[in-house]
Amino acid sequence: MELTELSMLELGKKLGSGELSSVEAVRASLERVDRFDGRVKAFLRVDREGALAQAEASDRRRKEGRRSGPLDGVPVGLKDLFLTEGLPTTAGSRILESFVAPYDATVVKLLKTAGTPILGKLNMDEFAMGSSTENSAFFPTRNPWNLETSPGGSSGGSAAAVAARMVFGALGTDTGGSIRQPAALTGTVGLKPTYGRVSRFGVVAFASSLDQVGPMTRTVADCAALLQAIAVPDPRDSTSTPVKAPDYLAELEAGVKGLKLGLPREYFELPGMNAEVRTAVEGATRALEKLGAQLVPVSLPHTKYALATYYLVAPAEASSNLARYDGVRYGLRAAGGQNLLSMYGRTRDQGFGLEVKRRIMLGTYALSAGYYDAYYLKAQKVRTLIKRDFEEAFRSVDAVLSPTSPTAAFRIGEKVSDPLAMYLNDVFTLPCNLAGLPGLNVPCGFTAAGLPIGLQVLGKAWDEARVLRIARAFEREHDLHRRVPPLGKA
Amino acid sequence: MSVSDFQPVIGLEVHAQLLTRSKIFCGCSTEFGAAPNAHTCAVCLGMPGVLPVLNEKVVEFAVRTGLALGCKINPVSIWARKNYFYPDLPKGYQISQYDQPLCEHGALEIEAEDGVRRVRIRRIHLEEDAGKNVHDAGGGESLVDLNRSGVPLVEIVSDPDIRSSAEAGEYLKALRDILVYLGVNDGNLEEGSFRCDANVSVMPKGSSQLGQRVELKNINSFRFVQKAIDYEIGRQVEVIESGGKIAQETRLFDAVRGETRSMRSKEEAHDYRYFPEPDLPPLRMPEGYVERIARELPELPRAKLQRFTASYGLPAYDVKILVGDRELADLFEKTQAAYGGPAKKLSNWFSGELLRMLKEESTGIRALRFSPAQFAALLKLVDGGELSNNAAKDVFAEMFRTGRDPKDIAGQKGLVQVQDTGAVEAAVDAVLAANAGEVEKYRAGKKQVFGFLVGQVMRAMKGKGNPALVNAALKAKLGD
Repeated sequence: MELTELSMLELGKKLGSGELSSVEAVRASLERVDRFDGRVKAFLRVDREGALAQAEASDRRRKEGRRSGPLDGVPVGLKDLFLTEGLPTTAGSRILESFVAPYDATVVKLLKTAGTPILGKLNMDEFAMGSSTENSAFFPTRNPWNLETSPGGSSGGSAAAVAARMVFGALGTDTGGSIRQPAALTGTVGLKPTYGRVSRFGVVAFASSLDQVGPMTRTVADCAALLQAIAVPDPRDSTSTPVKAPDYLAELEAGVKGLKLGLPREYFELPGMNAEVRTAVEGATRALEKLGAQLVPVSLPHTKYALATYYLVAPAEASSNLARYDGVRYGLRAAGGQNLLSMYGRTRDQGFGLEVKRRIMLGTYALSAGYYDAYYLKAQKVRTLIKRDFEEAFRSVDAVLSPTSPTAAFRIGEKVSDPLAMYLNDVFTLPCNLAGLPGLNVPCGFTAAGLPIGLQVLGKAWDEARVLRIARAFEREHDLHRRVPPLGKA
Repeated sequence: MSVSDFQPVIGLEVHAQLLTRSKIFCGCSTEFGAAPNAHTCAVCLGMPGVLPVLNEKVVEFAVRTGLALGCKINPVSIWARKNYFYPDLPKGYQISQYDQPLCEHGALEIEAEDGVRRVRIRRIHLEEDAGKNVHDAGGGESLVDLNRSGVPLVEIVSDPDIRSSAEAGEYLKALRDILVYLGVNDGNLEEGSFRCDANVSVMPKGSSQLGQRVELKNINSFRFVQKAIDYEIGRQVEVIESGGKIAQETRLFDAVRGETRSMRSKEEAHDYRYFPEPDLPPLRMPEGYVERIARELPELPRAKLQRFTASYGLPAYDVKILVGDRELADLFEKTQAAYGGPAKKLSNWFSGELLRMLKEESTGIRALRFSPAQFAALLKLVDGGELSNNAAKDVFAEMFRTGRDPKDIAGQKGLVQVQDTGAVEAAVDAVLAANAGEVEKYRAGKKQVFGFLVGQVMRAMKGKGNPALVNAALKAKLGD
């Protein structure tokens, strides 16, 4: 087996025993980047020197018997939304094209502590707004399984890089499905943790009450290990939990015998769900039943309002979060402004893309005097109802299963002119963000055209361990995670 | 009709900086006067990805303020974002509180022309300050200094219960005294740590229909508050009298011209798009927290004023001076306890020598070198006749500068008065013998000579004779 096909934990073991070095791992990864990223276009920036220096440091630590943990020396990538000191951090936007981060995000610091060389910054929809990575101001990323299709988004660069074996794992962010949907479309594992589990400090904000950082990997065990590295209480994020995370690997192999798994009626009745997706997901639920889980129909009656609720709350917060990009202190400042107001206007007109402008306008409108009660406040109330739906369901089940995305990967360009069709991609993933719950994608099949399909596992708040355990029980039964996209010889 | 036919109605909004050492949402210093942008970090510069973390000291100071103003402290209050674009506002929004502030429903009593007026406090909320734009930096560019960005403020909003510009001045002074007493604000208008906006309207006397209010901004001294309000009252009355209508607007006070002028109309008013701050959880008062702060609250100026009047029997003027400064009042009480003599005597020393020396040496009460016991000892020396009043002033000055005991200073300087009757009589005898001619004149009825003789005795005793003893001895010897 090629080095780059090892999982994070497998590679970590070989690094620990000295069978392989971190420098070799970084070189092998860089070689795949060189061979394939010209076509996949997952990276916005490759940091060769930085990654090699970190690999050398990791190898030294091993020789001195000071390995920092199971992931020390394993190369990873970062969605370009994480501030990384000394490296450009663009959030996929022209407005931050020239911005070099002055500090490390908490999760970046944690990865540096864990010893994972950072190979570079990965492409994304601008400010994480999108479901296809086509909203990147720089270029779209392509799905390694079929270069004509999208890897999903907004963490599409991260998902594509992991799937194409250019990195062993990556960090993404998920505001309405931005980790899980691209994981589903690229056949990888992606977890959005409970809101507050992982620090948001140093993560360019999209919608503060929904954003959450999470791991994107090829196996469930890797996902657990990477989550372990970043799920650390952070006094710099007042919305992060002060409670220490449990050991996510301890009960990973405990199976699903005796667990009750809910099948939400509303999710499976969605018109427009692709038949192949339905078949694969139903097959996965039956497989789990065979392993000893009990399938229980549940109802999440307010699901139909999730999309509308999300598109009020998220743009409202975004309109405020993106106000700081004004050309005054950093980033783009457009030339030719005659006064302050025209400098603001020109900078933001030239710096932001279409989708970002659309959402700033939506959000500004929803918060405006006279509309606040009807839109933002109402949305917050519905959000509470959606949360209660889950609380009600979780009285009788341990987790909920659903498709992650209603379709497999779609063709690039297919939905760009139809924002509503694009938004509908996220119907299964949005409610989990609105309720603040953990959700995970695990590959569960392929379409006839060879495109991956994903199963979503939703858990109770703070119950990531059980979500991972369910996903692992299913993963153990097949070799989907061992399949490598047919990228050819370059 | 004229101005006197109209009733002004005034409400004040005061922004007071809380005297914490670090900013409200980051660890940067709040010190005034540093080089531009010296006290900034990623958080208060509004860099991408930063998050606010609340400085708990700020909450303590705000709760103290709320309690001192008789407010209800809400067990849960909500942070809100106030959204607007301006170069001195790095995030494009200010973190403030909106529909659920920390404190509500208080009051402040002030001296009005017709007695005590109770001005209701509608709300007190916490917020962060913005930075400062510098326009005259040259090169045709404006610069931004973000040292103030994130400095903690309380906004104290009164109900429209104030009826004249003089009352507005009283309200502000009383409010400032309280904040300074609480140790939460330095009361400095010039450095911008205590700022005021005023809402002013007028209505015909006897009417209960409030007029259209106008907001006045940029009032940065007590003198200007009254000038600005008076100007605005006059302007509004003039508009109404000439048949016009008062427009809903915000006006800026121009201190140089002494007038207000329109800054923005209702149509140009900002829509701040307030919404709950998702980066901060609701502010909750821990169990017993408010009660603890209430217990630790110091005596406030008004209560102290009443107590000083009652228990020391001092005139109003004296009490006002003493109570005007919490440290001065504390020093007075400690000194008086050690002294035990007439409070008025001590009060005279405070308003005279002490304040003069504090000013001359430009020092503060905390830095004083002498103790209340030493101050009291000095007064006792005077009361016991060992020091003349004039000599005591010299001793005080020395004690002020060195902190040495008054008795030592008096001894070393040779200022202690001779109390020995024998020594006084001997001196008197000598003077009478040496001035036989003058004695004759006195006995012949020229009583003015007595003063000359006293002077001669004092001179012979090198000024140390106790004047009372000298007088008595002279009179006895002259046979009066």
